[in-house]
Amino acid sequence: MIDLEVPRKFRPLVEQARGMAEEVFRPISRKYDLAEHEYPRELDLVSAVIDGMSSSGVGQGAGASSSTRAKDDEHEGEVAAVGSGRKHAATKEVRNGSNLSSVLSILETCRGDVGLTLSIPRQGLGNAAIAAVANDEQKKRYDGKWAAMAITEPDTGSDSGAIRTTAVKDGDEYVLNGEKIFVTAGERAELVVVWATLDKSLGKQAIKSFVVRRDNPGLKLVRLEHKLGIRASDTAAFHLDDCRVPAEDLLGDPEIKIEGGFGGAMQTFDNTRPLVAAMALGLTRASLDTTTELLAKAGVTVDWDRPAYAQSAAAAKLLQMEADYEAAYLLTLRAAWMADNGKPNSMEASMAKAKAGRTCVNVSLACVELAGATGYAERELLEKWARDSKILDIFEGTQQIQLLVVARRLLGMSSSQLK
Amino acid sequence: MATTPTLADRGQRLGLRLISKAGGLPVMADPKVRGRVEKILSRGAHSGFKAQVAVGRAFKQSKGNGSAARPGPAKRRGIFDLTPTEDQQMLQSAARELADDVIRPAGAKADADRAVPADVSDAMQEMGLGLVGVPEELGGIAEERSAVAGVLVLEQLARGDMGITVSQMGTAAVATALALYGDAGQQATYLPHFTGDEPVAAAALALQEPQPLFDPFALTTTAVAQGDSLVLNGTKAIVANADRAEIFIVSAMHEGVARLVVVEASTEGVTLEDDPAMGVRAAHTGRVILTDVAVPRANLLGTADDHRDAVRRGRLAWAAAAVGTGQAVLDQVITYAQERKAFGEPIGQRQAVAFMISDIAIELDGLRLAVLKAAARLDSEADPQLIAQSVGEVRALTSTYAAQIGSAAVQLLGGHGFVKEFDNERWYRDLRGAGVLEGTLLV
Repeated sequence: MIDLEVPRKFRPLVEQARGMAEEVFRPISRKYDLAEHEYPRELDLVSAVIDGMSSSGVGQGAGASSSTRAKDDEHEGEVAAVGSGRKHAATKEVRNGSNLSSVLSILETCRGDVGLTLSIPRQGLGNAAIAAVANDEQKKRYDGKWAAMAITEPDTGSDSGAIRTTAVKDGDEYVLNGEKIFVTAGERAELVVVWATLDKSLGKQAIKSFVVRRDNPGLKLVRLEHKLGIRASDTAAFHLDDCRVPAEDLLGDPEIKIEGGFGGAMQTFDNTRPLVAAMALGLTRASLDTTTELLAKAGVTVDWDRPAYAQSAAAAKLLQMEADYEAAYLLTLRAAWMADNGKPNSMEASMAKAKAGRTCVNVSLACVELAGATGYAERELLEKWARDSKILDIFEGTQQIQLLVVARRLLGMSSSQLK
Repeated sequence: MATTPTLADRGQRLGLRLISKAGGLPVMADPKVRGRVEKILSRGAHSGFKAQVAVGRAFKQSKGNGSAARPGPAKRRGIFDLTPTEDQQMLQSAARELADDVIRPAGAKADADRAVPADVSDAMQEMGLGLVGVPEELGGIAEERSAVAGVLVLEQLARGDMGITVSQMGTAAVATALALYGDAGQQATYLPHFTGDEPVAAAALALQEPQPLFDPFALTTTAVAQGDSLVLNGTKAIVANADRAEIFIVSAMHEGVARLVVVEASTEGVTLEDDPAMGVRAAHTGRVILTDVAVPRANLLGTADDHRDAVRRGRLAWAAAAVGTGQAVLDQVITYAQERKAFGEPIGQRQAVAFMISDIAIELDGLRLAVLKAAARLDSEADPQLIAQSVGEVRALTSTYAAQIGSAAVQLLGGHGFVKEFDNERWYRDLRGAGVLEGTLLV
């Protein structure tokens, strides 16, 4: 039966996440935007709350991304870890599972602050990667650890199949060498999931992900970036100098398979893209809510029934932005719902990320415009959101990469045909 | 016309094919579902291929007995789900077949002729989809609130052709409005002329007016009480099938607010003007000019809230039609971009082309999901404010992206899109209308 409302069983979770956004994140949002690279101590308490939520059975997921604690959902009522990326076998009964709950809760925390959401301990994107490709033994071993994700290199951005970091087997270890940049939460995390190739000549299929302990002497923090936005979240650059990693820390299958090897690593994105879309939705929601409040004080409100052209330009703009938000929101929920129900969702995940990414940039910039000096000044958070938003149309695949993924699926073209 | 019997035969075969297709499905074991399917099919058997009654029949007033019949609200399960019910899937697949086999092939000619070939309209009538908004107890096929079923059906039909869909489902809109807002007397007087053996040739829900910046809540048409009568003055524009319609439901300002009023076409003071438009030409649009038209006060249909509800349902119906036509665009441009070669390779291999197609798909799905959400909210009688916002958003998406998709449909084919060799130029014209026009359709 067609129903696109927030599922009843997730409403308490959404309320909790919203409470955290309003009571914890918002009040310190500006503080850590100004104090870039300073660790937000308040988040240690937040993470304790999230742990408490999960053990109380309410469900995890007030934070960004999952932990390895995810168990297979035995029954529908259970909410597994956020971003655990589990795809359930298609059953007749429609289910609302961890993918949907993650999207809904991340939306709420990002309504508070995206940078802080990305900094919640043990909820890193690396955890989603582990959940997506690790075997059971590995999942157990990394349980409760905070994992960051290291894919990008100075010369390799969107083209993640062309990474140059190498991994060479040496006895019971792999030796990693290379350079990684743009590692979100790289300084603070306990583990860094590093993508490296076993054999550059074999292309994408030889790329594997390795879990590197943050205190590994071969993993050297080079610098922390100064950024346009999401300053509460640290973005690290690393050198890997003969970084020795135990062989059992290679995630998934150590063999190079000509078929589908890279696909395995890339599958992470099917699960993380809806999460990043949800972050964009949260930020969009924040911008719209604040702007709606400010405009109401200025005497402008939206009439949903009267045609947009018969209202003020500001009201018409708000109306159109709400419409785009709604489209992005529903595309994101659909992608998560499909994952929960075992339906392949690669294209739909990219559709969600593309629409949510561009909507959050367009909306946050337009909200600054509508609010004028108040929007542009640091007195409100609108200007901060307009800076934070840009990364959401970039990481986990830029707008252009998402359009490429969608087009290849629609047209049935390979990456060599549609470049 | 030599093609006429062929198309009519097709219409009949369609019903039979549905039996062969659906008959074997496990859901058909459910006696309830089977009963409803049989009902759809048997309706066709006795109502198809009857000669149409001339415009201006007399509607014998009936008091009806007891209270008006209303379909009940749908009960939510509290689970996010994009799967239609079995009943809805049945209607959807019937509409899909009709669109593929009958409507789509007739689209170009219907547009050129500004008329739906009789065989096509007969085939559609036979399927009974025009009664998707009328409850079973009033002779229709709806079991509960049917906005979701309505948008699913409209989407499929308009994937075949929007003009034909508007022409046929414009009449259905009046039946749906009577079911939703009519009192017992109005339902008893008029609905048998939609559900019975001699259905009206056409009927029209006329809300649109000609003035720029038209606001359906600030009308120039007025309905002033005089004794037991209402006297109407004003002009309604782009009215589907204006010349064939036997009943109009018009909107007019009455005591300061917009209301719906039933006006029989034969009433004195009702005159018609042709009003051909950029698109939906198969619906043969006209203007309805009301000059001191006196109707009984009892012809006021529903309340001011009901008028507001009709405006929303109309916009949602147009959006659903836009989704269908948008899907036709997407399907066609995918094939074209795969096959058409330029610079030695399929044009789809160029990002400039491929990304336009991605954008069509993204905005189309965004609109489709927003339409479903709004329809589900209507069916479950959600908070009116939530319904208002949902439909307002759907309307904004339709007016922006439907037109954009229509534009891309032509652009992607270049000159071939501009000439009538393909359907694209018609889609361009029809998709502009979907976010502009008010009323006409209803879910």
